[in-house]
Amino acid sequence: MKKIETSTARQRLLKSNNKGSQGELRGRFLVTLCALIMIAATISITAFLTVKGLQSFLVNGVSPIEFITSSDWNPTSSKNPQYGALPFIFGSLAVTFLSALVAAPLGIGGAIFMTEVTPSWGKKILQPVIELLVGIPSVVYGFIGLTVLVPFIRNTFEAPQAGFSLLAGTIVLSVMILPTITTIATDTMGAIPDSLREGSYALGATRWQTIRKVLIPAVLPSLLTAIVLGMARAFGEALAVQMVIGNVHDLPSSILDPSATLTTIITLNMGHTAYGSVENNTLWSMGLILLIISFLFILIIRFLSSRRKI
Amino acid sequence: MKSKVADRIATSVFVALALIIVIIMAGLLFFILSRGVPDISWRFLTTESSTVSAGGGIRDQLFNSFYVLFITMLITVPLGVLGGIYMAEYAKQNKVTSFIRSCIELLASLPSIVVGMFGLLVFVNAMGWGYSILGGALALTIFNIPVMVRVSEDAIRAVPREQKEASLALGISHWHSIKTVLIPGAFPGILTGTILASGRVFGEAAALLFTAGLSTPGLDYGNWNPFSETSPLNLFRPAETLAVHIWAVNTNGIMPDVERIADGSSAVLVICVLMFNLLARWAGKLVHRKITASR
Repeated sequence: MKKIETSTARQRLLKSNNKGSQGELRGRFLVTLCALIMIAATISITAFLTVKGLQSFLVNGVSPIEFITSSDWNPTSSKNPQYGALPFIFGSLAVTFLSALVAAPLGIGGAIFMTEVTPSWGKKILQPVIELLVGIPSVVYGFIGLTVLVPFIRNTFEAPQAGFSLLAGTIVLSVMILPTITTIATDTMGAIPDSLREGSYALGATRWQTIRKVLIPAVLPSLLTAIVLGMARAFGEALAVQMVIGNVHDLPSSILDPSATLTTIITLNMGHTAYGSVENNTLWSMGLILLIISFLFILIIRFLSSRRKI
Repeated sequence: MKSKVADRIATSVFVALALIIVIIMAGLLFFILSRGVPDISWRFLTTESSTVSAGGGIRDQLFNSFYVLFITMLITVPLGVLGGIYMAEYAKQNKVTSFIRSCIELLASLPSIVVGMFGLLVFVNAMGWGYSILGGALALTIFNIPVMVRVSEDAIRAVPREQKEASLALGISHWHSIKTVLIPGAFPGILTGTILASGRVFGEAAALLFTAGLSTPGLDYGNWNPFSETSPLNLFRPAETLAVHIWAVNTNGIMPDVERIADGSSAVLVICVLMFNLLARWAGKLVHRKITASR
């Protein structure tokens, strides 16, 4: 009787042990495979876009210097086609910085309002609502820009091209990245330990002095990260900007002039140009520039997070 | 005295900034919903879209949006959760791990149009699929995986350490503990994250423009054979989603009732995304209460 019991127990142990180690190996294999897939995806995106993006320079003989510095874009001219992408690079950078300039003070101010001025209902009502707005699709922002903002600019400022302008693009992007910046900034401000606030108040500082001299300096790198993330989003946005910016090939001379960005030109022309043609290849070069600049944004974010104190 | 005045001024500035944000955001929502909701009718949701004449609906676009979302999630969720398990449980503190983290960060910050271009290069041209649902879903997977990995990793790390240690102390293997202790514990968090990510995928347009295309072939909703040309379930047919439709209608729509379609579609899209967001909060809380001992 006793003998049977021990043997079944041993068998069971052996069996479960065996099964366990097999599952362990299989599980480890599965998760490592998934990690490898992520590496493979990143490397292949970088490699494919680099190879394809360099083709216009290496195969078609477009000068990279001209591509980045010339403002003449005439790819369809049969005699003397010109490939200067400066207006688009400038347009991309201009809308990115201008929209950050509008959205950053608003977003960080809103975050400070929610965490420092009225923490009770700010956190309970405002914060969830703004988080909800992060999810609104960018085409919807573009659509509103097209139906409200563009006619408004046309009527108010008598803008040259019916209101399609750098200004319209900037405002659409500012509103689009506002929830992003506000949400991250609120999380940052909310994570500051209360001891910092209490210490400052105990020294007799007012709320504004506390915010300006203690809280903001303490989380400055994180707040800057919020702004850079917003800028990265604005820089990569294509359709919302394309709908309102006018998409012309010239450098804008004022904020009311129509303009174009790298993303809008890619969006517009990718479908209209023959795959493999020089013009099409220059679009891939613009994609490569987008890729390189998003690498730069990551480097900046890395640098900022290495300086984080809290 | 001076510092008190400054404090008052600063406070009113913050109140003003917050008011501006609230007004902008409330105005946005009110504008979309007040203009679009009157256009939404059962007919609008169930009629085929029309390229030239008035009276078109968004039936195919709406179906495509949900179908592409479903296929995307079918690929992303297993990949993302397993990736999250790797990052939370198996990754050691070394160069390889930090390289994987950089990869995830890079994928997360890629402009969606760049992902779309990659999809055009690989899925549409190199693989020869043409514009297809599968190509679109794979492009969206690239765009969505970093979010899922981060969500799953955070959720798994948030499971109390004692639970895992107790499981290991019983002699249960690491993988078995992950399957039976960590994953159920992290489930509410993963579910919330998945639904939130779905909302993001649902509204994405730029990555689909070059991968799933701008057209939908004539569909026969009675045909359930996924290999048939006219079947809505066919993975290799082009599919215009709702978000892409809004863009296309606004930029080069020639039907006489462009405005009605754009208004209605935007409202439908926003309502869907908001529902995803609310559902995420609600479902996360509900499941958490169901499977844990907390109230």
